[in-house]
Amino acid sequence: MRDDRQKGGLDFVAGKGRPLTDEATIEATGLRKLFGMPGHETIALEDFSLAVAKGEFVSLLGPSGCGKTTALRILADLETASSGTARIHRRKGTDSPSNSMVFQEHSLFPWLSVIDNVAYGLEMRGVAKQERLDRARPFLEMVGLAKFANHYPGQLSGGMRQRVSLARAYVNDPDVLLMDEPFAALDAQNKLIMQQELLRIWEKDRKTVLFVTHAIDEAIVLSDRIVVMTAAPGRIKRIISVDFPRPRNAAEMRADSRFGNLSLDIWRTLEEEVLTARAQADG
Amino acid sequence: MARSLTPPVARERIVTILSPVLLLVVWELVGRLGMIDARFIPMPSTILVATWELLKSGELLTHVGATLYRLALGFSIGTVAGIALGMAMGLNRLIRAAIDPLVAAIYPIPKIAIFPLLMLAFGIGDGSKIAAVAMTVFLLTTINTMTGVLSIDKAYFDVARSFRSPRRKLYTRLIIPAILPIIFSGLRIGLGLALVVLVATEFVASRSGIGYLIWSSWELLLVDRMFVGIICITVLGICFAAILKELERRLTPWR
Ligand SMILES: Nc1ncnc2c1ncn2[C@@H]1O[C@H](COP(=O)(O)OP(=O)(O)O)[C@@H](O)[C@H]1O
Ligand SMILES: [Mg+2]
Repeated sequence: MRDDRQKGGLDFVAGKGRPLTDEATIEATGLRKLFGMPGHETIALEDFSLAVAKGEFVSLLGPSGCGKTTALRILADLETASSGTARIHRRKGTDSPSNSMVFQEHSLFPWLSVIDNVAYGLEMRGVAKQERLDRARPFLEMVGLAKFANHYPGQLSGGMRQRVSLARAYVNDPDVLLMDEPFAALDAQNKLIMQQELLRIWEKDRKTVLFVTHAIDEAIVLSDRIVVMTAAPGRIKRIISVDFPRPRNAAEMRADSRFGNLSLDIWRTLEEEVLTARAQADG
Repeated sequence: MARSLTPPVARERIVTILSPVLLLVVWELVGRLGMIDARFIPMPSTILVATWELLKSGELLTHVGATLYRLALGFSIGTVAGIALGMAMGLNRLIRAAIDPLVAAIYPIPKIAIFPLLMLAFGIGDGSKIAAVAMTVFLLTTINTMTGVLSIDKAYFDVARSFRSPRRKLYTRLIIPAILPIIFSGLRIGLGLALVVLVATEFVASRSGIGYLIWSSWELLLVDRMFVGIICITVLGICFAAILKELERRLTPWR
């Protein structure tokens, strides 16, 4: 298992069937994160090294509490690593931010209208009102919610809110999109629809994405590569390439026998970690 | 068929308007029939006449004006200062640690109990009454604002940080809108308390104001004038509450 990690760690071109790129957009090396008082720390993340190529969709998959969110937050600069380095390589000649986060749920501001939520990143960057509304509108159309521009988040369903969240991140035009279980709170049907939607949007311009999930099928459907993590303290256990051709269809893929084989394979890798995580939670 | 022509909302409204009117009619009738003692409870028509006379002499306007002035000024000062201190306490642990015990100690004191002290500090004129109102609203607003700030979901601050919110926008786009609802619910309670405190101070130490009108009329047993005062303070309270409600509707349109 350790070997797997070593092999996959920084070697982002290992996956077959993807164009070779020499440009790593996300580069994390030896990340370690401790929480708590000195002497009573818990290790949330251990020896986490990962490189994500430009235009790659990578998922972090692992049992809950294994440090997925922590890794993402370090990359987003919302948390500082105890040791190790995390870098996002910037495009040149742009004033857009290095990363934008899509949060799990309830991250839209209830007091801002849908369009103002989408334009929030632009407003923070000092873009004038009319311009930011003009720039936000196409992204609201992209997620199919143009009609709801002047509604408030409280008037939308959970699925619609996550679409707005997606649009808010996309308007920002970041180098990297960081998504923390954005569909976890949705019911099964809405989850499928949102996966389909994300595929459609993402396959258009292939932004670099690091997507956190604890659902195997979601990881397969969306990703070029899946990073399987161990139970706490979170380490990278194995990195798996997903060679399904694009454009993909979230529903049809699941009917493919290779899909079944792959998810069984991933489950075999994940199973003992889930059991360990459960034992940790019980103990 | 007639049922469906009057929607339930309209029917409710009719009942809401009709019931006080009915009460007034019954009150007047009972009075005219001599079933209650008009020396203690005057009829609505008598009160109406008294109101007219007080209006004509200009007394009513003076009293209402004095009370309105004290209420509006005290309420505004208390609200603004309360929001400012409450936000500082909510956002800064050190300030909170320093001031929280003070607020907790002063809050339960009935403001009317320290009114003599306030008169020593602010004089026997409008100052002490405005101070009593301001203090009442101030403490309540401080506590509410602080609680509001502390209960803002951490996730929103993450979003703000993630999107590189400048400090000023942190206030205008996150903190202030997040605490507005709780501030307003505090102000509604504050308004009731402020009216009690203000009328009480006007009872004991004033030559003007609705409280003075009520108390002086009672001392001279001019019950009809006393009722005019009671009605005026009620109407004032209702108007203030309506203004607050409208302000809340405009400032928190997402609710
Ligand atoms: N702010 C924090 N303070 C203390 N412990 C934390 C904090 N954030 C996360 N942890 C701990 O770090 C570990 C990893 O958490 P997290 O990254 O949220 O896991 P995941 O997202 O995989 O479910 C957990 O044991 C969690 O309790
Ligand atoms: Mg998480």
